[in-house]
Amino acid sequence: MTEPTSLLATERLTAMYGKFTAVKDVSLQFAPNTVNALIGPSGCGKSTYLRTLNRMHELSPGGWITGRVLLDGEDIYGPRVSPMQLRRKVGMVFQKPTPFPTMSIHDNVAAGLRVNGKLHRGELAEVVEQSLRRAALWDEVKDRLKTSAVALSGGQQQRLCIARTIAPRPEVILMDEPTASLDPGGTQHIEELVFELKKEFTIVIVTHNMQQAARVSDTTTFFYMGNMVETGPTRQIFTTPKEERTEAYITGRFG
Amino acid sequence: MNRRVLRRWVSNFMVGLMVVAVIIAVLPLLFILLNLVIKGAGSLSLGFFTRVPVPAGETGGGVANAIVGTLLIVGAASLIGVPLGVAAGIYCAEYPGSRLATVTRFVADVMNGTPSIVVGVFAWTLIVARQKHFSGLAGSCALAMLMIPMVMRTTEELIKLVPNSLREAALALGYARWRTSLGIVLRTALPGIVTGSLLSVARVAGETAPLLLTALGSQYFSLNLNQPMAALPLTVFQYAIGPYEEWHRFAWAAALVLILVVLTLSVLARLATRRRFTFND
Repeated sequence: MTEPTSLLATERLTAMYGKFTAVKDVSLQFAPNTVNALIGPSGCGKSTYLRTLNRMHELSPGGWITGRVLLDGEDIYGPRVSPMQLRRKVGMVFQKPTPFPTMSIHDNVAAGLRVNGKLHRGELAEVVEQSLRRAALWDEVKDRLKTSAVALSGGQQQRLCIARTIAPRPEVILMDEPTASLDPGGTQHIEELVFELKKEFTIVIVTHNMQQAARVSDTTTFFYMGNMVETGPTRQIFTTPKEERTEAYITGRFG
Repeated sequence: MNRRVLRRWVSNFMVGLMVVAVIIAVLPLLFILLNLVIKGAGSLSLGFFTRVPVPAGETGGGVANAIVGTLLIVGAASLIGVPLGVAAGIYCAEYPGSRLATVTRFVADVMNGTPSIVVGVFAWTLIVARQKHFSGLAGSCALAMLMIPMVMRTTEELIKLVPNSLREAALALGYARWRTSLGIVLRTALPGIVTGSLLSVARVAGETAPLLLTALGSQYFSLNLNQPMAALPLTVFQYAIGPYEEWHRFAWAAALVLILVVLTLSVLARLATRRRFTFND
């Protein structure tokens, strides 16, 4: 196996809301085809950090950053980068499933493809099917692609959102607590999916669930009060953490 | 008497009060409808819908010109008022903190409370006095002025009901801001906006005061919006204050037709909201 080069990296990234600093001076690297978990108590800045990676943070009131975020070596906050085009390369899945209620299942998956320019009808159908298959939803919805997406269960809706995110073939998928609103069955489905998806994508996932981080991720980063406390291979973080605060958090003594 | 019995008594008494209140609220409405049907239905005939008014003293004639006039004036008012109202509503909902939105919202609230005759005088000064003649289009402008604040505020409220998570999901897919607003947010709020617009159309269809000063009314059949034009509320008004028994019967019948037009619009509005979405919020 060759030495993994970093696909996505932040250099001294600080994220602010007006004058409030939510994330302080974080430098991290994410290798291609890995799952990277961000853990930490509520309000520790992990979600804010995630949202700087596809420039969603700047849409929040007062949101701005200093430092750099590099995708394939290019600064995504550079003057020639369009946030819209960037977000097609760095997709995002949210905590609550967000299918578009006016659209059918098929149109939901195709939603991100349409903004990328025209596809022929046949091509479109093919990409939709592939995406739904990858999201492990195809068999459940193939007979009702034209029906409304809100009729699906919560877990199915979340897999639909994953299909919608991977359809435009991004390089990176950001997941912000994707299983927080799901039941155990739905959660297991998503976790298996994350494991499959890393063959093709690089994944950064925020989670409150320690077991989930331990199960699905290759690297784990612990955030506390806006600081990046510790980062490393998941096994090492969970067995021999260097920092005392990390150990205290993962063993459930606070947070 | 123990507490449970007392509690049941108080509860029944309160429910009784509310039933009485509902009856008091609905009775006048039913009475108006019933009265209209009794006094107006007798004069309804095919000719009433197809003929124009005849001079006083002659029998027969109809209000075809007023029905067509109302449809034209209200139609033109909707073409002006609905797009402007919806557009202003979208702006206020999407840029809620901007100064323009705050001022617009305040003005709209004031306009919503303005007596319609004031709007009529305004339209008269602005259009009729300048053109030196009354016209249907001036009436449409006056009605549109009444519609814009109503449509705007409904649109704004309904767009605010769309969860922010949908907006973020669209932006995260690489949607541009305008595309998110129109393609996702507006589309999700659309059934409600259609209902709100239809209800505002129904409301202005019955307006009389602004039309007295703008469309004026006419005895002749006309499709020219640049001329004085008949409208159902004006017909009701003119016949009702006239001296002849025949005219009063016509006024009742015209009022019944007007109510039916408004009722149809309201039912359409209800049907439009039947398709509702559920949000995961």
